[in-house]
Amino acid sequence: MKLEKEKLLEMYEKMVRIRKFEVKVEELHIQGILPGLKHLYIGEEAVAVGIVSALGENDYIASTHRGHGHCIAKGSDIKKMMAELYGKKTGYCKGKGGSMHISDIEIGILGANGIVGANIPIAGGAALSIKLRGSDEVAVSFFGDGGANEGIFHEGINLASAWRLPVIFVCENNQYAISTHQSRVTAISNIGDRASSYGIPKSIVDGMDVLAIHQAASKAVKWAREGKGPTLVECKTYRFKGHYVGEGSRELSYRPEEELEEWKKRCPIEKFESELIEKNILTCSLAKKISDKIDGEIEEAVKFAEESPYPDPQEALDDLFFEGALR
Amino acid sequence: MRELTYAEAAVEVIGEEMEKDGTIFYMGEDVGRFGGVYGTTKGLWERFGEDRVKDTPLSEAAIIGYALGAAITGMRPIAEMMFADLLCLAMDQIVNQVAKMRYMSGGKIKVPLLIRVPLGGLRRAAAQHSQHLESWFVHTPGLKIIAPSSPYDVKGLLKTAIEENNPVISFEHIMLYQTKGEVPEENYALPMGQAEVKREGRDVTVITYSLMVHRCLSAAGKLSKEGIDVEVIDLKSLFPLDIETVIASVKKTNKVAIVHQASLTGGVGAEIGMRIVEAAFDYLDSPVKRIGSLDVPVPFSPPLEDFVVPTEEKIAAEIKKMVRR
Repeated sequence: MKLEKEKLLEMYEKMVRIRKFEVKVEELHIQGILPGLKHLYIGEEAVAVGIVSALGENDYIASTHRGHGHCIAKGSDIKKMMAELYGKKTGYCKGKGGSMHISDIEIGILGANGIVGANIPIAGGAALSIKLRGSDEVAVSFFGDGGANEGIFHEGINLASAWRLPVIFVCENNQYAISTHQSRVTAISNIGDRASSYGIPKSIVDGMDVLAIHQAASKAVKWAREGKGPTLVECKTYRFKGHYVGEGSRELSYRPEEELEEWKKRCPIEKFESELIEKNILTCSLAKKISDKIDGEIEEAVKFAEESPYPDPQEALDDLFFEGALR
Repeated sequence: MRELTYAEAAVEVIGEEMEKDGTIFYMGEDVGRFGGVYGTTKGLWERFGEDRVKDTPLSEAAIIGYALGAAITGMRPIAEMMFADLLCLAMDQIVNQVAKMRYMSGGKIKVPLLIRVPLGGLRRAAAQHSQHLESWFVHTPGLKIIAPSSPYDVKGLLKTAIEENNPVISFEHIMLYQTKGEVPEENYALPMGQAEVKREGRDVTVITYSLMVHRCLSAAGKLSKEGIDVEVIDLKSLFPLDIETVIASVKKTNKVAIVHQASLTGGVGAEIGMRIVEAAFDYLDSPVKRIGSLDVPVPFSPPLEDFVVPTEEKIAAEIKKMVRR
């Protein structure tokens, strides 16, 4: 599989955008500027970009509590994302959702989700809708090793397989459900191996290798569009930060520092960058140009969020029902 | 006018709506060829086929989650839970997902989803197949809740529920499915949030819904022979709640009882009673009375269940006490 130069650079740029967005979010959170909970995607950028780069504009994704990366990969406006994180009126959800609930139905983002595993049947339902409407989109559900241990994983994947729905189940296995390592609570080491229980194909890939992920996703998307049903893709990855911003030094209470350092050496962005440089697709000066451009975008997003108004408190009562609440 | 059973009236309107709108489909356990355990979908599978009347695995959370995913991507699903008790298996999807999806999106996502829920005791089905859990969902902002009590009402309210662009849960008492009543052949809609005064009276207002409407009407009939004039209000929908009709009646009779089959503590009656106290305290001549099932799981043995659930006699006796105090 050969990707066009433009496509590769676009993927690289998206990974950098995710990283820089998250670094800024962490900074703003620590400064006490952003309210609420933030779960950073730093270290896992290859998964969102690798998967979403195999999708079309009209395809759907259903995201998780660690969802900023998925949204950026699918093409979300980072100004509206940042404004939402600030709790501003101009945010994606007018300040009603926050970090864990960003959605943009117009570009197929069915929503980040604060309940682990809960998006599995929602993506399945989007795939059912696609099949019933006779269209050819696909839907993707992202979840982690934690989500794979929820009961809904079983219900959701079984049904998608039974009905041969065009959906791709992507386990971004970062190995820790908050503080609990997968090996302590899961009987098998590859979540992907569960695919055989549902009679569907699996791919188990290096979650730090965006091209390997893209390849696995492309295969799964083709399979789905051909009406053959779902695929379970497991990406072995690692989060470079704690479960949430504010966890601080506690993250080292449950994972060894050496392990963290080992994984950081496998940074998905550095890896992809050196591959692109080796192939003469990227140069150091172009990388710098991209970096500067994205710094500018992030700055602009922060400025937009800061200058935006908070919603009027009364707006808390809007948007419950279509056509307004009756009571 | 012709008579239909409650189950037939429901199937009739669903069939009519599915005929008109190709985006409506139905999913649930045994709703296809089998026609629903209580005939909730009888004949629909034959008419609309496998794609639009779908038998699901025993996966309640997936049923609701899939219906939600389809609802926000262009379809208008009707999902069925075989019993209200099974809602417990789908609580995350209903409470955390369905009810909040639109709000969390800042009003950008529409959720046209109807969840039909057969429920109710008095079938000697014991504690896990008899519960009335409606108050949990009334307590969850983002859901509309209906509980039709007659074939006429179920046809009209389901039409509105199917046309709603919001999630609606329809609680349908299993003991009502085979009851008959007059149902016009033409298509008609009944608005949600409009109660009906089923019987006018001067002495006391009885507010109720679902199967208990019939028990309250029988009790009122008996009491009228003793010179007690009871007004019976069928709420029909629990959210939105037609509090205006309730308050107007209380202002007229100055006495009020709320009757439901759900267990008493934390039931819908507590909410309605409090709303009356807030809005019409000065009009009350006696304390607001609640009559519900006793606060135990529904027992199996007939004398036990009949002791726990409000009977016509118990309702009549309580009303008599209020009027003669």
